[in-house]
Amino acid sequence: MDKTQIFRYSFRKSIPVLLGYVFLGIAFGILLNREAGLGWPWALLMSVLIYAGSMQFALIPLIASAAPLTTIALMTLLVNARHIFYGLTFVERYRTMGARYPYMVWSLTDETYSVLCSCLDDEAADAHGRLAFFEISLLHHIYWTAGSVLGCVLGGAISMDTTGIDFSMTALFIVILVDQLRSGGRTARRCALAGGASGAVSLFALGAESFLLPALAATVFALVVMDFATPDRGGEAA
Amino acid sequence: MSRTAYLLLAVLICAACTLLLRAVPFLLFRGRRDLPPAMRRLAVKLPPAIIAVLVVYCMKGLPGSDGGTAAATLIAAAVVVALHLWKRNTLVSIAAGTAVYMALLRMM
Repeated sequence: MDKTQIFRYSFRKSIPVLLGYVFLGIAFGILLNREAGLGWPWALLMSVLIYAGSMQFALIPLIASAAPLTTIALMTLLVNARHIFYGLTFVERYRTMGARYPYMVWSLTDETYSVLCSCLDDEAADAHGRLAFFEISLLHHIYWTAGSVLGCVLGGAISMDTTGIDFSMTALFIVILVDQLRSGGRTARRCALAGGASGAVSLFALGAESFLLPALAATVFALVVMDFATPDRGGEAA
Repeated sequence: MSRTAYLLLAVLICAACTLLLRAVPFLLFRGRRDLPPAMRRLAVKLPPAIIAVLVVYCMKGLPGSDGGTAAATLIAAAVVVALHLWKRNTLVSIAAGTAVYMALLRMM
């Protein structure tokens, strides 16, 4: 496979995130402009450097009210703590990526994590994985940044009603989950069940605002317990 | 401190904290040539589990939402699952599910 073919693969893999990131980015840009009165260079800076959707939304009221920097640091650590779990899947793979290694860690969002997980099953990604992984991460980053700059520039000029377009991110996670269940066999089904059950129990016990982190921690705990409880120690290909 | 300096610091601090969190697993296992076997098995099992949690995360508004929105979410999610099991086309599944969701929101 030459570079053009790899890029075609990367672009195809990145399309599901294109719509969601551009529209969420636009929503962020509009809010940043309206609530904090900041122009597109700030949207550009934030989307390139921070590159974390929900935290960038949370940051707008904080900077608009000139919240203390310690508050911003604490808030970021809380809102983004889930990201601790994503790297676990890619520790060995990213190490082999040379100069791109730091960027890969930096750009590991929820959506990029999910899409890259779905690439792990593709042979195409296995053979040319390093370049494709990098290109997919970069394309996602560009979509998000372009959307946020666009939103900031257009501001109130957009009157199209796009309510509900954020469902495309939900649909993306569902699609990737279905693929994982289909290719991963019994192990994948058990793991997904552990994750889904941890998530549902935490959600009902703790409420929408604070359930995610306990849910992820419970999931990892459940997987570790399942691992010790399995006699063949994960001998089944997953 | 000028407003520009404050904003710059705010963005940099937010970016640094985010990067730090994303780097935690890589820093933890930095010194080791090979991951411990238990860790490697966990790494393989995490994707379906974490993505299942993310699906719940996307649905987190469901318990507190009104009937129309909840129905739209569940129907659209079912459409995505059914279409994807049938056609196995990522783009079709996502586009159709999102279109159904947006249409239902406006009808209910």
